[in-house]
Amino acid sequence: MVKKIVIDACPRGVKLYHRELNKKIREAIRKGYDWIVLKNVSGQRFIGAGIKDKVTIEVFGDAGLDLGVFFEGERIIVHGSSEYLLGNTLNGGELIVYGDSWDITGMGARGGAIYVMGDGGSRVGIHMKEYKDRRPIIVYGGSVKQYCGEYMAGGIIVVLGLDFKDAIIDKSKPIDKDNIDPKKIKNKPDPIVQSDLAAGIHGGRIYIRGEVPNHLLGVYAVKDKVTKEDREILKSIINRFCELFNTPEELIWSKEFTKVIPFSSRPFGKHYSVTLI
Amino acid sequence: MMDRKLPKYKVEIDYDKCIKCGRCATNCTFGAIVYDREQNKPIVKDTSNCVACQRCVTFCPVGAISITPYPVVYPAHGTWTPYHIRAIDEQARTGRVLLAGTGCDRPYPCVFDYLVWDACQVTNPAIDALREPVETRTFLGRKKRTIKIKEIAEGCYDIEDLPPGVMLSTPLLIEHMSLGALSYNAITAMLMAVTEVGTLMGTGEGGLHPNHYKFKKNIIAEVASGRFGVSPDYLNVAAIEIKIGQGAKPGHGGQLPGEKVNKLISETRGIPIGTDALSPNPQHDIYSIEDLKTLIDALHEATEYRIPVGVKIAAVNNVAPIASGIVRAGADFITIDGFRGGTGAAPRVIRDNAGIPIEHAVASVDQHLTEEGIRHKITIVAGGTLRSSSDLIKIIALGADVGMIGTAALIAMGCRVCQQCPTGKCAWGIATTDPVLSQRLDVNWAAQRVANLLRAWTHDLEEVLGTMGIDAVESFVGNRDRLRYIGPNPHEAQILGVKHAGERIRLGGH
Repeated sequence: MVKKIVIDACPRGVKLYHRELNKKIREAIRKGYDWIVLKNVSGQRFIGAGIKDKVTIEVFGDAGLDLGVFFEGERIIVHGSSEYLLGNTLNGGELIVYGDSWDITGMGARGGAIYVMGDGGSRVGIHMKEYKDRRPIIVYGGSVKQYCGEYMAGGIIVVLGLDFKDAIIDKSKPIDKDNIDPKKIKNKPDPIVQSDLAAGIHGGRIYIRGEVPNHLLGVYAVKDKVTKEDREILKSIINRFCELFNTPEELIWSKEFTKVIPFSSRPFGKHYSVTLI
Repeated sequence: MMDRKLPKYKVEIDYDKCIKCGRCATNCTFGAIVYDREQNKPIVKDTSNCVACQRCVTFCPVGAISITPYPVVYPAHGTWTPYHIRAIDEQARTGRVLLAGTGCDRPYPCVFDYLVWDACQVTNPAIDALREPVETRTFLGRKKRTIKIKEIAEGCYDIEDLPPGVMLSTPLLIEHMSLGALSYNAITAMLMAVTEVGTLMGTGEGGLHPNHYKFKKNIIAEVASGRFGVSPDYLNVAAIEIKIGQGAKPGHGGQLPGEKVNKLISETRGIPIGTDALSPNPQHDIYSIEDLKTLIDALHEATEYRIPVGVKIAAVNNVAPIASGIVRAGADFITIDGFRGGTGAAPRVIRDNAGIPIEHAVASVDQHLTEEGIRHKITIVAGGTLRSSSDLIKIIALGADVGMIGTAALIAMGCRVCQQCPTGKCAWGIATTDPVLSQRLDVNWAAQRVANLLRAWTHDLEEVLGTMGIDAVESFVGNRDRLRYIGPNPHEAQILGVKHAGERIRLGGH
């Protein structure tokens, strides 16, 4: 039985400061609510910061930066866009954004999954890392900009290059699964990433839908064949994406993926000398 | 043949004394002394491998080993010294960046040595620290200019909205040193020592090992550019520090080479075994003071404003305005690390040349913040070669609230400053991740030694404060008037805000 509560982030037209809003969220958690709906959110920062409890936070409106920073809860759903630093040092749980989310998404993430319907800015997934079963995932439905997966040390980034612009049925309503028309989702033209892709990567893998010209690869990044194993990984991720954003799976599989991996797990191993002098 | 380098030290075994027990060979990790099975005695295999770590000398039961500078001199030259010749030789051989450990080893003048302090004579009485109380307790955290007192029950009062702070029994804490740069035993010993003494230690960027969570009331957790081991549990400690820079390598990140990332390190940092643990040079979410404020706020939010959040910067040219920005960004304390500060590994060219001395940095930050009227808001922690209690006392007088030590604590545990930290071969079991070498450090013994050192310096501080007639260290902070300069450069004294020794005070406002 889900215990649900609605919190107004802008009561009587006055926007709550992030400190008060987070205080209200934590109070609700202490009272035992496990589904917290925030309405009228307009750019409040740090929503869900450092929350460990297994709760779902649903945000109506556009979330401010650092959404889900140090988060380890169950899920945060945003019916709108999110500013940069989404899922900063994410530890676990699922962050779902029905909109765009800009720069440095999932910086230093150590676990969890981030699903963004729209586009991203630069340095998406910078320095993500993985350990054993903790493997962070970032999926962008649209395209991303420069330095995607920079310094990446683990985890998975998937960029799909889909265009949802015409697929929103009623633009006056918050975007959710039922507000997306699967027939009107289009493909973006290749390439859907920009320069310095995976610069300094030393772990993890990036899957880009469509072709990636070699000149867009950053230092220490190389292209690799998509194997059967990769398809298995992709299948489960894409499955979840399609379920969240009402997207036909055939559309996604209609184009081949390009896989980008590190050249070595020790890119700078031969750069330094430790001999006694 | 041409690649052969000149040894730095000469190890000799005096076979008249040697009892052939082989302890020296067992203890040598650098391959200078080995045990020869055929001759049945330890022999010096390659003296060029000797780093003068003194492990063999310490463990030889009969005192048969001697280490001397290699008795071949470089041709005398004032400019082309062995420091440069050896570096050129190595870089010509490998084409690589030279790594170095510990702090800067160049003989730069140390400003601490140019300072002396005042004492009470006739007109003001000294305090006898052995019998009268001298308060050394200090608080780490933000301070308010005014406090409001409210009555919570009849006759019971409490202070309203006090910002988070941590009480330290002494104005001395142990710097950030990570598990990975140092061994598990070394970190455990220092954590035990700070817990016993009642002060703090930094985790460095290595995360926190599950066994170390029990020390969490005495830990400053570091959030650096690699974000290793950062989780909600990791943030539930005494204080949090955002690392922007380190004195030994300002502007440089950090790297733990893959060969040091074994099972223990891998589970603490949350990365696979054998991969490089790379910390990027910048924090990619901090490109401005506003961005810094974002991370400070995020950490405050994640910890529900219960614990202080500080920012660590290296002492660089414009350290004072940067510090001012940090105060305005909402940090609760600032840690400033001077250019002689230590490191597990840094490019030698950066270690030896980048940054400014901590003495200048602290004096200028303290004066700058005071002029701007915001000094009272923040705690300043300063370190980067505090070699003795006198350096601690001088840095407090120059404007730091708390001093921090790193290398001094390692020396207390047996470190001989041989500068081989990046090799991971530390014969003393301190700067290594090798579990076999790590066992060489007896945790209880080392903890006791570090605790003793912290206590001894605190007693020194009490004694000195007593002779100056000051009964609480907090009223000594920034008391530059009790210092005098005896160095060669009057301009330096001016920068430090310290009068020259013998300078007369003009009375009556003329």
